[in-house]
Amino acid sequence: MNMLDTSGFSCPEPVIMTKKALKDRPASLDVIVDNVASRENVTRYAEATGYSVKRTDKDGKWILSLTR
Amino acid sequence: MVRLTRSVKTSGCAAKLPSKTLNEILSSLPLMEDENLIVGFETSDDALVYDLDGENLLVESVDFFPPVADEPYEFGQVAAANALSDLYAMGAVPKLAMNIMCFPSCMDLSIMKDILLGAQDKAREAGCVIAGGHTIADSTIKFGLAVTGFTTKKRLWTNKSAREGDVIVITKKLGVGIINTAAKAEMADECDVKAALESMKTLNKKAFETACLYDIHAATDITGFSLLGHLYEMAEAASLSVRLDSSSLPYFSASPELARLGLIPEGAYHNRDYIEDKVHFASSVPREITDIMFDPQTSGPLCLAMSEDDALSFVREFGEPAAIIGCFTARGGSVIDVS
Repeated sequence: MNMLDTSGFSCPEPVIMTKKALKDRPASLDVIVDNVASRENVTRYAEATGYSVKRTDKDGKWILSLTR
Repeated sequence: MVRLTRSVKTSGCAAKLPSKTLNEILSSLPLMEDENLIVGFETSDDALVYDLDGENLLVESVDFFPPVADEPYEFGQVAAANALSDLYAMGAVPKLAMNIMCFPSCMDLSIMKDILLGAQDKAREAGCVIAGGHTIADSTIKFGLAVTGFTTKKRLWTNKSAREGDVIVITKKLGVGIINTAAKAEMADECDVKAALESMKTLNKKAFETACLYDIHAATDITGFSLLGHLYEMAEAASLSVRLDSSSLPYFSASPELARLGLIPEGAYHNRDYIEDKVHFASSVPREITDIMFDPQTSGPLCLAMSEDDALSFVREFGEPAAIIGCFTARGGSVIDVS
């Protein structure tokens, strides 16, 4: 499973990182986000580019599981 | 060349502290009083107002933020247009200003000079003199102006005096915060970035001068707290509700698609968090349009409350992109109702 940790980065950085990680259209990617804006923006980017997103809470952060 | 927006985490008015945080602090401070102080902290207005002689009023405001443009000269222009706007929003003519600059000691000083030149040219366009300032060394650039101007009691516009039945006019397109965020991510088209920049550089002088021809009941400018944040303040202060027609909003055509791609500034989420429970959106309003309504604006439009006849005439006189976007109604269920 691919994993991308965007903790400590603020928008739009997590979206840029996700965009790069999805460049080769992996079947799945887990993205760790640590603030609401990153959580929402990464979710939107993933959904807008054809991925479905499942969210899990983890120690005050979130794991966004992206699959297509 | 240094791209100024890359040197900072947040840009323009999106760098404002969240309203919720700010209000918690401000409401815990004792109010300072002076018999001549007409407008102070209490209604979150755009500037303080001080009665000089029973007729003439001094109006003062300060605004500064991190770079919102890559070119130093253009950043200076935007920062100045944004700071001067607070006075136009009060019905005042800006006359005097002072620079406020935070600047990294390791950075090329020609950048500072160009920022100051941009501000000076914009102030000159407004008929305002920059006559001093203060600079400190800091890790990132921040720049703005403290502006002083004048108005009269008759022409003082506050954000608290909207009347039931007033219609709401705004004078610039919305959505610049989203475009600025997309520009930082290099996901915006150059022509969209340019259009947003032109809008941010545009003084609210023409909007103010046109508004002076009409009976303005209340006014503010739309900046970091977004269209809905500022309208919420106006509605609360007047104990009214607001009805908005989302199909009449002027916004940059690229903003909805960029919002759909998640290029939304963090400040928009703070704005949403602060007042979402006071706003009712009809299910027909697309999510991206609600994003634009929560988007922090830098050097945004004037937002004016006036009679419907005046508003129709104002929009004809001012031209694009001014638009009537809604009205104030008697206080109902939601403070703001968006259809």
